[in-house]
Amino acid sequence: MDALLRLGDDALVLAQRLGEWCGHAPALEEDIALTNIALDLIGQTQSYLSLAGSLDPDAPKTDDELAFLRSDREFKNLLLVEQSNGHFGDTIARQFLFDKYALLRAEHVAQQTFDMDAAAIAAKAVKEIRYHADHSSKWIIRLGDGTSESHSRIQKSINDLWKFTGEMFAADEVDIAGSIAGLLPDLTALKTQWDEEIDKVLLEATLVRPEDGEMKTGGRTGVHTEELVTMLAEMQVLPRTHPGASW
Amino acid sequence: MSENKSNWPLWEVFVRSRQGLGHKHVGSLHASDAEMAIGNARDVYTRRQEGVSIWVVPAESISASSPSDSEALFDPANDKVYRHPTFFVLPDEVNHM
Repeated sequence: MDALLRLGDDALVLAQRLGEWCGHAPALEEDIALTNIALDLIGQTQSYLSLAGSLDPDAPKTDDELAFLRSDREFKNLLLVEQSNGHFGDTIARQFLFDKYALLRAEHVAQQTFDMDAAAIAAKAVKEIRYHADHSSKWIIRLGDGTSESHSRIQKSINDLWKFTGEMFAADEVDIAGSIAGLLPDLTALKTQWDEEIDKVLLEATLVRPEDGEMKTGGRTGVHTEELVTMLAEMQVLPRTHPGASW
Repeated sequence: MSENKSNWPLWEVFVRSRQGLGHKHVGSLHASDAEMAIGNARDVYTRRQEGVSIWVVPAESISASSPSDSEALFDPANDKVYRHPTFFVLPDEVNHM
């Protein structure tokens, strides 16, 4: 169940962040692109969290209950996806680093046979994430290989977010158990593939891959940055103020 | 959205729908190049399953007939009903006329 929560929470938190761009993106076309991606991610969230909630040993929960009635300490998403949007380049850099990881992970989950429900969700998600990764990669190349200003700004975005990339591959007991069961990918092998994918795009974008410095972790065990707390306050205010409200 | 005014060129978008035989003009958008125009067209014009194929054309590449010429161009066809193929009976095997 923890493994499914991680998959669902990554998608949910990133979707909420992308939704913040609605009406604010630099161009109308990009506004729609970012919110389309957010909607794809919300669809994935609903599926993963419904499945996770149905497996709760104490009491089955709905996807809405999991999304809106958990505290930040109960969220299992990566620190990377909860970071605030910053400028458009920051958002694209966050998206790019995550998309490449999410795609490799979803490809694995789609092919495993340990949990066929999760495989079905991931099979649909793979198609969506493939487009997300293409979208963010093209922007990285456009900005990196663009003007000197866009180059230096996107380089700084990547440098700033790099400290959150280690967490994607820092395997804990949930990852190891999930990987032995077959549901989750082996993160060491995934890292090698991710490195290749990232390097390929950075090279074309004429950007420099940052050194692996000190990495921030904690999201997987519920220890988040305060970015998540403020984000959840906004996301959850309605269902918490008016329990059971519908429209 | 207004603070960063887009200088990207304008593109006309044509989408072929699932049942459609030809690409149909659906609208226009801004993009810096053809690749981005296709990506944007996908997001703006096919998000409700409207299409299976997209064409984008730089708007400046399209030449249009002038409205002031419309009488000379189109009116002469008004009284030539015999140009319509409706007087023929089509065999059943012929589709998509």
